[in-house]
Amino acid sequence: MNAPTYNFAYLDEQTKRMIRRAILKAIAIPGYQVPFASREMPMPYGWGTGGVQVTAAILGPQDVLKVIDQGSDDTTNAISIRKFFAKTAGVETTTSTDAATVIQTRHRIPEAPLRAGQVLVYQVPIPEPLRFLEPRETETRRMHALAEYGLMHVKLYEDIARFGHIATSYAYPVKVNARYVMDPSPTPKFDNPKMDNCPALQLFGAGREKRIYAIPPYTSVVSLDFEDHPFTRYKFDAPCALCGAEDSYLDEIVTDDKGSRMFVCSDTDYCEGRQAAGHRGVESAAPHKEAVHG
Amino acid sequence: MAETTMAEMTGASDQPLLVAEGLTKSYGRLAACRDVSFVLYPGEVLAIVGESGSGKSTLLQMLSAQLAPSGGRVSYRMRDGELRDLAQLGEAERRFLFRTDWGYVHQDPAQGLRMAVSAGANVGERLMAVGWNNYGRIRQTASSWLERVEIDTARIDDAPRTYSGGMRQRLQIARNLVTEPRLVFMDEPTGGLDVSVQARLLDLMRSLVNELGLAAIVVTHDLAVARLLSHRVMVMKEGRVIETGLTDQVLDDPREPYTQLLVSSILPP
Repeated sequence: MNAPTYNFAYLDEQTKRMIRRAILKAIAIPGYQVPFASREMPMPYGWGTGGVQVTAAILGPQDVLKVIDQGSDDTTNAISIRKFFAKTAGVETTTSTDAATVIQTRHRIPEAPLRAGQVLVYQVPIPEPLRFLEPRETETRRMHALAEYGLMHVKLYEDIARFGHIATSYAYPVKVNARYVMDPSPTPKFDNPKMDNCPALQLFGAGREKRIYAIPPYTSVVSLDFEDHPFTRYKFDAPCALCGAEDSYLDEIVTDDKGSRMFVCSDTDYCEGRQAAGHRGVESAAPHKEAVHG
Repeated sequence: MAETTMAEMTGASDQPLLVAEGLTKSYGRLAACRDVSFVLYPGEVLAIVGESGSGKSTLLQMLSAQLAPSGGRVSYRMRDGELRDLAQLGEAERRFLFRTDWGYVHQDPAQGLRMAVSAGANVGERLMAVGWNNYGRIRQTASSWLERVEIDTARIDDAPRTYSGGMRQRLQIARNLVTEPRLVFMDEPTGGLDVSVQARLLDLMRSLVNELGLAAIVVTHDLAVARLLSHRVMVMKEGRVIETGLTDQVLDDPREPYTQLLVSSILPP
């Protein structure tokens, strides 16, 4: 299986060592963005080049890899990355959250609780939470160094002033270990509470921006808010149409051009697991039926 | 001495707030500022006047610790009463001072404001930076400050880029004063505004300075601004202070030929 022209997990050993050093530093300073010499990967920026490099650096022959994109195991991005490592590292891959030791993700944290020993690798487009308010990198670095985070609340203030509530629904800023303010990558804020005190190691890789940061296991992660406008999770007010789950993050799927839509779990593994266990939603059978033309 | 007299007049404490000693800044052979010394007391307003290129702005930047002097030093009395050399302060302390105990009003409001975020957030930013965490209170304080600087509170959620020049400048003042600083630096605060707007702004600044007992250092080339706002005037030419004294005294009875020239070049009202 292992193609002879590739080193294990594609990257050469020196590069992996360099990335591991950055990861170790990131774990030592939770939430701090560690610069690293990001490499060109055989995929475009925005497809997870940062996450792929982190995964390549931590993967061992015994690991079991799961890749999700928006919670789903079967989108192009997830399948391509899974195949990439199956080919270059020959590791076992899975779609089961429970069976995986390394999970690379874009935009979601699995619904099933993570356990100690697992590693969650996030693909990050823009690692700097202050970026849209302060365009100067020199200035944002200084603000992190001096823990000057008033600006972050300016963003939340603007939300409330404009929409009446904190309307930021993804990439919702968090404070890690009561020190660094961090962008949790574009995960929905629904997933923010899962980061807090999580038994699994969480690593974040931004390929284009050349930054790695981390949340070690059992670290406090607090979503920023105001006393009188506390942080709330956001979720569609409906159960999953396939498995009836009421506690999961849902995708809205448009089913025709007349305004019909259905809500289904974004985490496909979770949804399939529940269906296999006999849970049913209102439209359980529908998506598998072939449309009759004519 | 003039200094002590002023301090007594304004009823402030007799300990200086800011002390500049032999401030010098040179860029290679060019000396932008030479051997400037003075003492500023709480509640006192000092105007620095002179033509373009006389070193006023360089001096202001050194006083506000944005530019390291080539020689001399600036000391500031912190809120705990201790006089500290600004060059000895750590960066965190200096930035904290700048956000809380000082204000800096730029000539161009775009430099002092966040043009893309609402007026309320602009005023509230300093409060959030010192740890205010209650939206309702931040908003209420911001709105009361907008009222004080005569901006319609209905426009609290508008971004300053939709404001007129005079409103922007007033907003910048509100943003600076919200943490109740003790010292405000102003760099040509009325530059680029038309005359009626200037008059209103000056009026406002004068009443705020009186009300809050602010000390201020105002850099201007407009002698009318100096006369209206300041207690004391320093005249600069080619990087040196050539004349200093009480505002009325300097402007009504200038001793130096250059000051006489400056005063006589104002059109009579």
